[in-house]
Amino acid sequence: MECTLDAQSLISISLRKIHSSRTQRGGIKLHKNLLVSYVLRNARQLYLSERYAELYRRQQHYPDGAPLLAMPACPPPPAAAPPELAVLPLPTDAQDREARSCGAVRSGAELLEVPVCAVPPELQRAPCRDSSPGFYRATGSAGPGGGGAGAAPGLLYAASCDFGSGGAPHCSSRTTVLDLDTHVVTTVENGYLHQDCCSQCPCCCQPAPGLASPPPPPGTKRKYYPGQEEEEEGVEEGEPGGGGVAGGPPFAPCSKRARFEEYSTEHPPDSSNISNLISIFGSGFTGLVSRQQADSEQPLNGQLCSKQALASLGAWTRAIVAF
Amino acid sequence: SLAGFGNLMQDVLWCFSQVKGTIDIGVAEADIISTVEFNHTGELLATGDKGGRVVIFQREQESKNQPHRRGEYNVYSTFQSHEPEFDYLKSLEIEEKINKIRWLPQQNAAYFLLSTNDKTVKLWKVSERDKRPEGYNLKDEDGRLRDPSMITVLRVPVLRPMDLMVEATPRRVFANAHTYHINSISVNSDYETYMSADDLRINLWNFEITNQSFNIVDIKPANMEELTEVITAAEFHPHHCNTFVYSSSKGTIRLCDMRTSALCDRHAKFFEEPEDPSNRSFFSEIISSISDVKFSHSGRYIMTRDYLTVKVWDLNMENRPIETYQVHDYLRSKLCSLYENDCIFDKFECVWNGSDSVIMTGSYNNFFRMFDRNTKRDVTLEASRENSKPRAILKPRKVCVGGKRRKDEISVDSLDFSKKILHTAWHPSENIIAVAATNNLYIFQDKVN
Repeated sequence: MECTLDAQSLISISLRKIHSSRTQRGGIKLHKNLLVSYVLRNARQLYLSERYAELYRRQQHYPDGAPLLAMPACPPPPAAAPPELAVLPLPTDAQDREARSCGAVRSGAELLEVPVCAVPPELQRAPCRDSSPGFYRATGSAGPGGGGAGAAPGLLYAASCDFGSGGAPHCSSRTTVLDLDTHVVTTVENGYLHQDCCSQCPCCCQPAPGLASPPPPPGTKRKYYPGQEEEEEGVEEGEPGGGGVAGGPPFAPCSKRARFEEYSTEHPPDSSNISNLISIFGSGFTGLVSRQQADSEQPLNGQLCSKQALASLGAWTRAIVAF
Repeated sequence: SLAGFGNLMQDVLWCFSQVKGTIDIGVAEADIISTVEFNHTGELLATGDKGGRVVIFQREQESKNQPHRRGEYNVYSTFQSHEPEFDYLKSLEIEEKINKIRWLPQQNAAYFLLSTNDKTVKLWKVSERDKRPEGYNLKDEDGRLRDPSMITVLRVPVLRPMDLMVEATPRRVFANAHTYHINSISVNSDYETYMSADDLRINLWNFEITNQSFNIVDIKPANMEELTEVITAAEFHPHHCNTFVYSSSKGTIRLCDMRTSALCDRHAKFFEEPEDPSNRSFFSEIISSISDVKFSHSGRYIMTRDYLTVKVWDLNMENRPIETYQVHDYLRSKLCSLYENDCIFDKFECVWNGSDSVIMTGSYNNFFRMFDRNTKRDVTLEASRENSKPRAILKPRKVCVGGKRRKDEISVDSLDFSKKILHTAWHPSENIIAVAATNNLYIFQDKVN
């Protein structure tokens, strides 16, 4: 089946549908949002598999065993970091894309050990419990949680998760974000290392320049210090705390301030223009539906990843994040 | 005429009979018809709309003077069934749109129907009044009370004929039983109970009891993160009061027997067709979601509708349908656009004719399709004002998929996706169909020779 849209466009369209469903009359339609989440998952799988495939191809040029970080650790990004990571690659070969669009939905899932937090857990991801932001790490062997059988050595994994039982599914450290104010869709890479490193090298804990917004200037409402469990005060527009999982950060749905501007596909993903934004998504399906989801029985646990996602995204105020 | 007679596709010529609704260019959203249903005899035809109103049409007695005009349907009763509500606790607006109407079999002079919006089911009694009492002692003809001390003579009130008045009164309100949006209601063949289904649960009600219901299906996972499918439609077996089916967003149907346990989470039968991997796409999950499920009148088959096909299943064969009909397969290459404009989420219904030999469902451009199960012929017809001359025979339509377009054909790109036929109904015993086209209701009949 031909699809005139690439995976990234489908992701942004899907996010907008989910967002607009929050303000539709009659409340959130569970069925429709579930179906949209499937498209989101399918598109994301394809998108990530294409990206990983490309990164793998690039990594063939690097010496074996050298850790290749998607984001540079400390100051200047090593020249090895492919600048193309900042750009959303579009498959140039339509045929190749089509060939992969069918298979990649499956093979991409096998290839990646990315914990897919989305509905449905058909990929049998073990939810992981981790309070530290994710990062990418090249591994000669399988990363934590077990690389898939047949995973190519040197392939990048999102590997910061401790695949414990229960707990919160962890969002991938590469996130696609829809800015609700400008309707710009950006893919943001988490820029920092494991918590151990952060404490010694605070300058590491910033997103790589040019790929995510610079750290918020002093005086802004929100300061994010990765690695710290800072209580978020003055959470924007949301129900404070919102019945979250014990110990979880407050959840901040931002549906009330939705602005429906014309979405222009000509807008380049310009992350440097993004001002303070909040991620309103946690992980999994509950992250898709706000508190307005007509289910008072279910305590909102969508904030499980929001803290990490927030920290990793730097300064976002209103955004929907694709897990 | 018996539905079984001359029901083959080539024998039936469908003619325009009536159209209800306005011709205004701008369609008020409240006037969009959201459900259509004949009662068990076909004498009454009910519609519900997005504005929460129910309109009931009644068929005229056939006139010997005009035998070529089989009884026409005229408005019998109109009433406001549901109003918009606001759930303050959850900060939710509840739409007044009528999702489904289901008739109860007639047991006395009055008619009873169930109507439901997203949250509340109501039992309505529709009854006629053609007499009224006159000659009260304590009040005069205008209804003003008389001063009892001024009454000197007593009289017995008498019933006098009056102009026929049809009144609808809500007899029961079944509320507060659904957290999610109700998509189906179905009257049991015992005529004492009915079920209502939302995205995750199905409840069983007794018509007499409004303050409680039994939960018979619950597919809500302990952790909503693990939600993978929802209930999309449910229906009782036409004869076996213990049996019902429900369909899911994953394209599966479960048949349940209420005798086995109180909570029917375990199905007695599970109908699923394996997915064709060559058809896999971004939208595979969406187009496999079942939008409607209907038992045949015989109770031997079930019919399901998903976005592109109608399928007939034999209750005795769970691993695949016995028949699959392509409704508009030319849309398969357009799924991306249909996802963008939300059409891919349209929920089409499907219906059986009285003898279960023909099935019908709607499509876009005000097209609707019929499939003859015996001859395997199919036809595409259109509900439009242009074809609305009395007794005008409907001409079959054809969508041109590619290549040269013939004169009468319409190309896929010319289809009007805002004109969708989601709701249709077939008279229980005759070749009379009701087709809802946005805010208009078309009634077609087969040609009378």
